[in-house]
Amino acid sequence: MINIALPKGRLGEKVYSMFEAAGYECPSIKENNRKLIFENSDCGVRYFWVKPSDVAIYVERGAADIGVAGKDILLEYSPDVFELLDMNTGKCRMAVAAKKGFHDNTDKTLRVATKFVNIATRFYADKCRDIDIIKLNGSIELAPILGLSDVIVDIVETGTTLRENDLEPIETIVQISSRLIANKARFRFKADKIEEIVNNIKRYGIKND
Amino acid sequence: MFDTNILKNEEKAVFSLRSLYGRYGYKSYKMGKFEEYELYSRNRDFLVSENIIVFNDTDGRLLALKPDVTLSIIKNSKDETGCVQKLYYNENVYRVSPRTHTFKEIMQTGLECIGDIDIYNVIEVICLAAESLSVIAPEFVLDVSHMGILSAIVDSCTSDKELKKQIVAFAAQKNTHDIKALCAENNIDEEVCGRLCDFIGIYGEMGSVIEKLDKICCDAKSKEAYNELKFIYSLIKGTAFEKNIHFDFSIANDMNYYNGIVFQGFIEGIPDSVLSGGQYDMLMHKMGRKSGAIGFAVYLDVLEQLSVHTAEYDVDTLILYDDKTDIKELMKKVNEMTQNGTSITVQKQIPSKLRYRHILNLSGKGRENND
Repeated sequence: MINIALPKGRLGEKVYSMFEAAGYECPSIKENNRKLIFENSDCGVRYFWVKPSDVAIYVERGAADIGVAGKDILLEYSPDVFELLDMNTGKCRMAVAAKKGFHDNTDKTLRVATKFVNIATRFYADKCRDIDIIKLNGSIELAPILGLSDVIVDIVETGTTLRENDLEPIETIVQISSRLIANKARFRFKADKIEEIVNNIKRYGIKND
Repeated sequence: MFDTNILKNEEKAVFSLRSLYGRYGYKSYKMGKFEEYELYSRNRDFLVSENIIVFNDTDGRLLALKPDVTLSIIKNSKDETGCVQKLYYNENVYRVSPRTHTFKEIMQTGLECIGDIDIYNVIEVICLAAESLSVIAPEFVLDVSHMGILSAIVDSCTSDKELKKQIVAFAAQKNTHDIKALCAENNIDEEVCGRLCDFIGIYGEMGSVIEKLDKICCDAKSKEAYNELKFIYSLIKGTAFEKNIHFDFSIANDMNYYNGIVFQGFIEGIPDSVLSGGQYDMLMHKMGRKSGAIGFAVYLDVLEQLSVHTAEYDVDTLILYDDKTDIKELMKKVNEMTQNGTSITVQKQIPSKLRYRHILNLSGKGRENND
């Protein structure tokens, strides 16, 4: 039996449909109830929904054998896991954004508001730029508008939220997509089944756009 | 003799491993808890975690609580042509846990083979690593790789140190998609990139993947490493460990320290590696030694996660007494029962949450009831 942690929400449903297309269906998952664990012993899979940012923790700690997590989470928390496949979905980018017309005064410390403290810190450390990092948990776009920060580091999908708040992306840090990850120890004992799942998703689950 | 069932997994492992290493002529090596900080500051990259607990000794010297054992053993080793020093240790080390970001005391047992290392020493250490896992749990895997192949392929990709570091990090994740993107971004030859991806994708029992490996190792440096692996496979083939020892080329220890065979051990039921080791001649050379070395460490603290048999009761008999109880008689009863192998607890009241099989009431009130 392979335990699979899926991210709750729209992305998770899309990811499940990729597993389904690859031959690992579990019809009970589509029933409208509050259950969290779904099993199909015929296919040898057990799915469970977890908060997207927790998928990597479930996999790293071995509660799940494999899971699907965003590259943003993997870069931010650096879990010690195998990253076996780019699922080519949940595509977006991690970017620096600021108020339209922002001019970076390199003579002073840059105030950066973000949920992704490690990614932002590494990005500016590579540029040897002195920053003051402001950790926020939501509504990041508000920070430059209210003067809390000069720039933000956040995920940009279509850019609509930024535009509607008179902000614009000024630099891309990294492209993001969902990745299939595996626990390093579990992989050793279930390598055949995990490799079979990866190959079937590659062949039947992923739609290249 | 005591009941060995009371031992925890890690305690049982220590006894078994000490006995195992002793049988192969490895001498116990006892160390102090502290070491000169300078030893670690010079070899920071070798350490699993960079953070070190540092303090001043009474004479002002900067000392550290040991984050590692290998460096101390090398520091005290001498080059002796033709000789091999074989040592084992059982020590606590102090490291930052990558998960909790706080310091942890980690119980570690391991062995080091230092001197004129030849293929016999390599195979002996690999077999001892496999046997170490087998004495802890019946279902285990020892994954073996060779730094010579990885460094040959990475060298053929680029000479840029930073880029090499990134490639090795992706290799350790079996992350072929990001390696391909990185290679495309840096104009690395597609054929070389493909060879690297094929290489890190190889996983399985030695016999089932050795042919694939042969095709990948096409230059002189990787061919030499391949021949070493092939020879090791020929020695392991037919032994009790043939099914347990796999090739896995995502094991990527630091190329500045490790040069030959590297390996990691896993036990069914534990989500982390429980054993890690390899040949580290480069570290020896960095520390001014001419000879080579190979060794491994077993992380005993993670054995706590293995399922343990939990007793149904805390004690066999709960003995109750009070001020009216004859203490001499109570002591006689206690000695009688404990010498018969019964576990007891003597209490004035029944402790809440205590799980006991029988109750013996020697209190005045209890005796009246008994009469």
